[in-house]
Amino acid sequence: MNEDANDAVGDYRFGFHDPENATIRFDKGLSEQVVRDISALKDEPKWMTDLRVKAYNHFIERPMPDWGNCHSLNQINFDNVTYFLRSSDATKNDWDDVPEDIKNTFNRLGIPEAEQKWLGGVTAQYESEAVYHSIREDLEVQGVLFLDMDSGLKKFPEIVKKYFGTIVPHTDNKFSALNTAVWSGGSFIYVPKGVHVEMPVQAYFRINAKNMGQFERTLIIADEDSSIHYVEGCTAPTYSTDSLHSAVVELIAMKGAKIRYSTIQNWSANVFNLVTKRGVAYEGATIEWVDGNIGSKLTMKYPSVLLKGEGAHAEVISVAYAGKGQHQDAGAKVHHLAPNTTSNILSKSISKNGGRSSYRGMLQVTPKSHGCRSKIVCDALMLDSESRSDTYPTMEVGNPTADLEHEASVSKVSGDQLFYLMSRGFTEEQAMGLIVNGFFEPFTRELPMEYAVELNKLLELEMEGSIG
Amino acid sequence: MNEVDAILRIENLHVSVDGTPIIKGLSLTIHKGEIHVIMGRNGAGKSTLASVLMGHPAYEITEGSIYYMGQPLEDLAVFERARAGMFLSFQYPVVIPGVQVGTFLKKSVQSVRDEPIKGRAFRKELNEAMKTLDMDKSVLSRYVNDGFSGGEKKRLEVLQMLMLNPKLALLDETDSGLDIDALRIVAKGINQVAPHAGCLIITHYQRLLDHVKPTYVHVMIDGQILMTGGPDLALELEDKGYDWIDAVPEA
Repeated sequence: MNEDANDAVGDYRFGFHDPENATIRFDKGLSEQVVRDISALKDEPKWMTDLRVKAYNHFIERPMPDWGNCHSLNQINFDNVTYFLRSSDATKNDWDDVPEDIKNTFNRLGIPEAEQKWLGGVTAQYESEAVYHSIREDLEVQGVLFLDMDSGLKKFPEIVKKYFGTIVPHTDNKFSALNTAVWSGGSFIYVPKGVHVEMPVQAYFRINAKNMGQFERTLIIADEDSSIHYVEGCTAPTYSTDSLHSAVVELIAMKGAKIRYSTIQNWSANVFNLVTKRGVAYEGATIEWVDGNIGSKLTMKYPSVLLKGEGAHAEVISVAYAGKGQHQDAGAKVHHLAPNTTSNILSKSISKNGGRSSYRGMLQVTPKSHGCRSKIVCDALMLDSESRSDTYPTMEVGNPTADLEHEASVSKVSGDQLFYLMSRGFTEEQAMGLIVNGFFEPFTRELPMEYAVELNKLLELEMEGSIG
Repeated sequence: MNEVDAILRIENLHVSVDGTPIIKGLSLTIHKGEIHVIMGRNGAGKSTLASVLMGHPAYEITEGSIYYMGQPLEDLAVFERARAGMFLSFQYPVVIPGVQVGTFLKKSVQSVRDEPIKGRAFRKELNEAMKTLDMDKSVLSRYVNDGFSGGEKKRLEVLQMLMLNPKLALLDETDSGLDIDALRIVAKGINQVAPHAGCLIITHYQRLLDHVKPTYVHVMIDGQILMTGGPDLALELEDKGYDWIDAVPEA
């Protein structure tokens, strides 16, 4: 790794990579044939092939977004991306059957260990497909479906056909079109009526190959009065050339259901992370996005909730950390489409060493939606004067009974805080780490404990060697 | 006086902030087991002295020297001073949002002691210290100084002092803003640390000295120590103010 690249990624611990032992690798670049080949390889029903092709055509016609970090976006070379790479012949449900290299990678990432200790189910995706998948027996007995998306389509084509693309249509944006055209992997979850999945289920996404494109597709349906907590993590090796991660996630919370979706995104600093996440909450349902963006080169991601039923609730808690060469363009969108719906948005961002973090938010209350309440809090912490933080809030309020609060703050670490902490034996770096962890605490406390500890360690590492 | 025994030795210290001289030729030696009290008007340079000793970057030493345990203090960074056994109880303790007191104390003790601390032993020690200071356990899950009353902040400072068990304790107006019960409790904390440490207490009020018996009382005026005496001097100051000292020729 040259010095510049090393500098840019700091102490990224997940930058190692395995040899690329692909069993099937498509040539770089995208065409209708590539799209058809992916579909054929997966032996998909015709409607899915047709949808992929339609989405591909839309992707080609659709211009790049003219907002956000266009300069960075336009650096993406779609011809230099590998759109499909299979590294294991089948998805295994025993780690011992997973190819050695890949198994070692997930061991290093601590996945099998976490699975034993506290997870209800695990799916591990490596490049384009899941290499490992398991679900606790008791959940299976209760009728909970938790599969990788490819298996979901094979085994439950009616359910998939009914919901796929209904929350995030391929025409939503250029990258949802791309995902719909070339999607592979991701999770398919159905929780039956009244079933509460007590232990979180986890998906782990790992990119290993250079110039890889990962396009997972996730669909979670929580039937009436059920609940589930889905956790995802993502990392990639550090390369000098870019990779592309463009996922689509659709959540459906039926009457009285609750879905919590937690993400710790820690891609290496050469990954474009362009993700569309949206959920719909029916009467009395709750959707919570807990979204942590630590890694990647450019992230553009605005988890959204459509509050369609009376009394539905949305919660979007996010943190973003932007270090050198990184731009975290993240935020939240909540649409109050029914009466007496409520939402809470909390966004915390840290910029350091010239990094940039942006909050981009949308809050909409339609004219018929009376009695809605929403609170938005955006806090930015700047660790030095080269860094940048901006806020782009949009509000469309069509009903006069709406009760809205919006608070925003930008702060710097004060010399007094550092002096106080250093007088208690902390080095300047440790003091920074403590302040940063404290700033993110309202987010961290929402995570399962194991994740919270991991995130704090990660942030402390980010602070190391950062003070000149 | 045996120089080897001195915990702190300040010789002809001059300190400026933004080019303005604040301390103008101050000398002071503190030995183990001694409690030194510095009194004086606002602006005399008392707090500057405490900050300079702890290594606040805003203050510049223009002349003179400070030795801590026989070593030049200027060689040590702030955190190294803490790890070498220096402790400053702040006049205005700082809020650290989102950091729980319990976590903070444990990490701080860990970094100062330079040895792994065992969870159970640490909790026992912490419980005892909190009992001494009549503190409720609920404080451990609150964020450092966040939403604390003045008295709560000062009590947390003293708790940190007990846990870090310093060789040199600097207390900058730790008694200000305390009611009489809190004052007694804070004094209890100081008296627990004092026999094994050198103590430098900066205060405006004699009343702390009803509970903490000083070895020396110094009067600081315009960046210098103009008078030194025993506990009686504090009573005299309480009674007569500082004006009469200005008139006394330098000792």
